[in-house]
Amino acid sequence: MMKRIFAGSYLGLLLVMLYAPILIIIIFSFTEAKVLGNWTGFSLKLYRSLLVTGVHHSLASALWNTLIIGLIAAFVSMLLGTMAAIGIFNLRPRARKAVHLVNSIPVLNPDIITAISLFLLFVSLGISQGMTTVILAHISFCTPYVVLSVLPRLIRMNENLYEAALDLGATPFQALRKIMLPELKPGMISGFILAFTLSIDDFVVTLFTIGNQGLETLSTYIYADARKGGLTPELRPLSAIIFISVLLMLLVINRRAAKNKS
Amino acid sequence: MAQPKFLTLLSLRRNWAIPYLLYLFVFVLIPLFLIVMYAFMDTEGTATLANFRKFWMQPEALNTFIYSVGIALITTFLCLILGFPAAYILSKTNTRGARILILLFILPMWINFLIRTLATVALFDFLNLPLGQGALLFGMVYNFLPFMIYPIYNVLQKTDQNLIEAAQDLGANPRQVFLKTIVPLSVPGITSGIMMVFMPVISTFAIAELLTINNIKLFGSTLQENIYNGMWNYGAALSLVMLLLIGVTSLLGSEGGAKSEEGGLL
Repeated sequence: MMKRIFAGSYLGLLLVMLYAPILIIIIFSFTEAKVLGNWTGFSLKLYRSLLVTGVHHSLASALWNTLIIGLIAAFVSMLLGTMAAIGIFNLRPRARKAVHLVNSIPVLNPDIITAISLFLLFVSLGISQGMTTVILAHISFCTPYVVLSVLPRLIRMNENLYEAALDLGATPFQALRKIMLPELKPGMISGFILAFTLSIDDFVVTLFTIGNQGLETLSTYIYADARKGGLTPELRPLSAIIFISVLLMLLVINRRAAKNKS
Repeated sequence: MAQPKFLTLLSLRRNWAIPYLLYLFVFVLIPLFLIVMYAFMDTEGTATLANFRKFWMQPEALNTFIYSVGIALITTFLCLILGFPAAYILSKTNTRGARILILLFILPMWINFLIRTLATVALFDFLNLPLGQGALLFGMVYNFLPFMIYPIYNVLQKTDQNLIEAAQDLGANPRQVFLKTIVPLSVPGITSGIMMVFMPVISTFAIAELLTINNIKLFGSTLQENIYNGMWNYGAALSLVMLLLIGVTSLLGSEGGAKSEEGGLL
């Protein structure tokens, strides 16, 4: 009994440590003070200026850029990665091993090395940096994760099903659409979500490939903000909204999963 | 005719990897090669070792490098000490409760890490604690702890309970069971946890800039400053130094965790 209480309170303590900063953001999103940590009375002004008046045009466009880059990069990564997984699965063992090795480079590489290497690529080729280069860079570090989430589905899939469909007269395209895709779909979806998450959370690679045309994503916006000496107050309600919606989404998924089981 | 040829190319399913292989070649292999090339060149493009000599002779860059490795080692150690018990407790909880708890540990990562870091700054201000090395370590552990807990939990959860019961039946006391059975069985998870904490910590720089008000510089900042100031060749040489360190670490790691491919997050 003592042991369980001790174990529970240990986890509780760690969670308090993890959540304390987030709680601070949420609490101080309900006051107007410019500086995080000053309480000047309850107010919804920040929420209003974030959602209604749209004072911070640059913040809105940074948010928009982040979402567009994330969606495009995740979608292309999903297509490229799924095709690649099917290809890799059908390679001979030795070639498969070699491709696996190259595939793991972007996963193991620290952000800053990926960032500098891509920066050197773009400047060497004389490509002007902007949205396109950021998307290309994000695809390069997102796709390996899609490959890694689709491959296990292929390994678990019954190889004979696909052959059977062909034997029964399906064209390769039909067999792909009706047999292979439904089997791979969960892996593709989790690959997409993973890629999207990595893309919107990325800071370093974006910083090095975004160029200096004034384009901003949420990460580079916050970094520039922080270096100037403070957080734009509207980022507090924005973070609170993101956090609460993710929390709700996870709760719904969890409840549904529990229901399906019982 | 173009179309049938295209179709035969596609019908061999191993050819489906070709687009991605091309992508990897252009956006992963060539860029890495460029780092090596720039590192061994001066601004005019002649081959030289001057960039590395500069790193070796300049105490500032070298000291920053050593200091960063130190910070990364301490962070990894703290994450292991704090994370292992958490993973162990989670693996003992019933599955439903553990699932929710694991979600709770991962959830904060959905908030942009820069915002979380700034919130940590606010927390330290709020509690009247000074910013500096202590704050830096807190911020690092705070950011990377989940990466340690998850792989260890994964391995512990899959551990064959019969092995633990066998140890008990053979007369091992709880301490012996823990040290001689549970810990060795979780080595693959520990290895991937260590890799997943050490590698990002060694290269991160924004966390240090924000949590020490620019007083402590990590190697990542040195890299970034050099590239930003147009010192591409020297910056590439410093990147290569870091790349070597990462290479050695992952070789050691893959040796330690060779037995289990499913140990990690992936």
